[in-house]
Amino acid sequence: MPRGALRTAGAALSPSPVVRRTAGFSRLRRPRRSPFCRVCGSFQNTMSSLLRAFLLAAAALCATGASRATTTITLATFPDLDRAARAALPRWHAAHPDVDVKIVSLQYADHHDRMTTDLATGSGLPDVMAIDFKFIGKFTGSGGFEDLYRPPYDAAGLRSVFPAYTLAQASNAKGELSALPADIGPGTLLYRADLLAKAGLTEADLTKDWPTFIAAGVKLKAATGACLLASSNDVVDIVLRSNLPPGEGIYFDRAGKVLVDDARFVRAFELGRAAHLAGIDAGTTMWTNEWVAGFRSGRIAGQMMGSWLAGHLKNWLAPDTAGKWRSAPLPGGVYASYGGSFYAIPRRAQHKAEAWAFIQFLTTDRQTQLDALRQFGNFPSLLSAQQDPMVAEPIAFLGGQAAGVLWRDTAARVPAIPVDKYDAMATDAVRAEYQNVIADGKDIHAALADAKTLIEHRARR
Amino acid sequence: MTSPLTSESAIAPPTPVHANASRAAWRRRARKLAPYAFIAPFFVLFGVFGLFPLLFSIWLSLHQWDAASGLAAMHWVGLENYWYAITDPWFSKSLLNTLWFAVASGVPQHLVALPLAFLIHMTLKRSRNFVVGAYFVPYVTSSVAIALIFTTLFSKDFGVINAMLPGTPIDWLGDKFWARITIAFVVFWRYLGWNVVLYLSALQVISGDLYEAATLDGASRWQQFRYVALPLLKPMMFFAITLTLIGNLQLFEEPFILIPPDSGVATSVMTTATFMYRMAFSDGDFGTASAVSWLLFFIIAALTWGNARLFGKEGASDVAR
Repeated sequence: MPRGALRTAGAALSPSPVVRRTAGFSRLRRPRRSPFCRVCGSFQNTMSSLLRAFLLAAAALCATGASRATTTITLATFPDLDRAARAALPRWHAAHPDVDVKIVSLQYADHHDRMTTDLATGSGLPDVMAIDFKFIGKFTGSGGFEDLYRPPYDAAGLRSVFPAYTLAQASNAKGELSALPADIGPGTLLYRADLLAKAGLTEADLTKDWPTFIAAGVKLKAATGACLLASSNDVVDIVLRSNLPPGEGIYFDRAGKVLVDDARFVRAFELGRAAHLAGIDAGTTMWTNEWVAGFRSGRIAGQMMGSWLAGHLKNWLAPDTAGKWRSAPLPGGVYASYGGSFYAIPRRAQHKAEAWAFIQFLTTDRQTQLDALRQFGNFPSLLSAQQDPMVAEPIAFLGGQAAGVLWRDTAARVPAIPVDKYDAMATDAVRAEYQNVIADGKDIHAALADAKTLIEHRARR
Repeated sequence: MTSPLTSESAIAPPTPVHANASRAAWRRRARKLAPYAFIAPFFVLFGVFGLFPLLFSIWLSLHQWDAASGLAAMHWVGLENYWYAITDPWFSKSLLNTLWFAVASGVPQHLVALPLAFLIHMTLKRSRNFVVGAYFVPYVTSSVAIALIFTTLFSKDFGVINAMLPGTPIDWLGDKFWARITIAFVVFWRYLGWNVVLYLSALQVISGDLYEAATLDGASRWQQFRYVALPLLKPMMFFAITLTLIGNLQLFEEPFILIPPDSGVATSVMTTATFMYRMAFSDGDFGTASAVSWLLFFIIAALTWGNARLFGKEGASDVAR
């Protein structure tokens, strides 16, 4: 059910479900050489090498069959993340012939619902569980996973190989690390350079600060009829992520106090409302027909999202707009991350040692990470993979812009915002009140006070 | 049939008498147990998927439980979950939404289905099955297909409906007021056929003599409907309204599939069932979600009882007559 699945997606700053990241970078790989090898040119030679390979393989098969039993570990995951894991399997098998991996993939929402019930009953749990960013707070907070900082795991040594904020996201209040990041989504503003040029605007008009951004949106709308925002919610979401004191969450502070009526929220609501009143938003919800059609028709000329949106735009959202998009930093100097995926080991997993080896292979193996980038556009979580020249290659869809450099830069600057298990609930509450503000003209302070009451009620435990 | 038996008895050593007796006893017992074995599949399935979840949800509603933490994390809180649910601002809001939907989609269903069923009954002969089938199709259509069709039809910028209407486009699914109307309409559309079928089946057992007598007395078609059909339909109306009441109070699918859960209007169309789902799977509070489900059950039970008091006695006595 593509649509239903789409639905569940895209709470701001959480990635889309079904359709997550696909090729931002994807390039066709060269066809492999035929067995009739051109270099040596000899059919006989090829035959004999084939025969040798066959005999070797047969011998290897006998050896494994005789000496050790094969272990099968289960990976529970969801599209498109499953494709990256599947593509990495041949290399995994080459290194670990005795560990087989069974991949069980369900649709985004189904996968996370199923994992919730599996954790609840403690049965049928996979050895490796893929978790999307939207659920990471809730899952790690449950304590149903191995603490990867403790022996026999040695994730403490991995602190410096991932962006710091990703490990903060995967840690719970007790300081346990429950998961390792597989890919990340550095936040960026994607905009239509052609429409901007038509209105006589430059990228600096969008990124300087919020008043300039809104003014630019008004100018753009007057000149081209296009909206700079799909929804003014996007502004609220970004402003909420700016200027956070270190160690403080978006909705809760370190002590669990609800922050929802402080100045940051007031400012976010005010700027969102200003953008809405200026008429620069198309009033569409992400991952709906209107949203998609808005990109195709050029009615929506900008979207703040994870870098992986470039891949979606290229592959299915608006392939005909190739070359017209550019990627810019988020307005007002904010560095944020949108989504990302993680791998964790449930406490009740059967084959923990093998699971740990497999997770390390998926997250800390440079080649695996780069393959996922090349084939599916998953931006690497591994810092050393981010340094690969492949990241700096120009992207045709973005008019040849080497946007990977910008995204790498953003990833390095995203602050480590602690994730709370009630974040998703708080997001819903705040969003509902924001709707009251723009649709019914509810007073901002009253709306925030109501949201705070609700969140305090829900998070009482 | 006989040959294997004879050959067996020929080859086998003579069987001791007591073995024969015990075999007969076993056979008797098997004969007694067989019916239970045959009926077991239902009871096993009902026990696993019906009874156990029911009892477990009562047990669960008395505990605080974050499901992702495993069964061991359950801890007893007594009735606190019920109080917590009742005091949740979104619970009362969802209840009001649910009642609004029950009325806004339920009343028109019956107001249209009754005359429509009468019309089909009186005027259509050969094409009746086809027409009834056409009205019934939405009832059996997959909700995913419905979501796709209606989000496309009601799309603000590209929908057929807005294309036909003059003036500024209406945001059918993005505006609080219109989103409710749209959902009520979809519910109405989906269950109209079901009610038509119910009423039609009841109309078919009303004897034709009554209409003939009414015609002789000079009753018009409307009068026949009002004074002959309607009173005799009362028992079925009681049944159909009860079903609508229960169904509408449990409304979940339509708002859930038509409005993205993260859209701003999602809370304006949040029914109690949707609230319960969010409580469990979004907030991870299965205890309170179970408490909400039981509160909802009590509300439905009370309203059904009220409906039976208002409507049922009369309907039942009509049947007796």
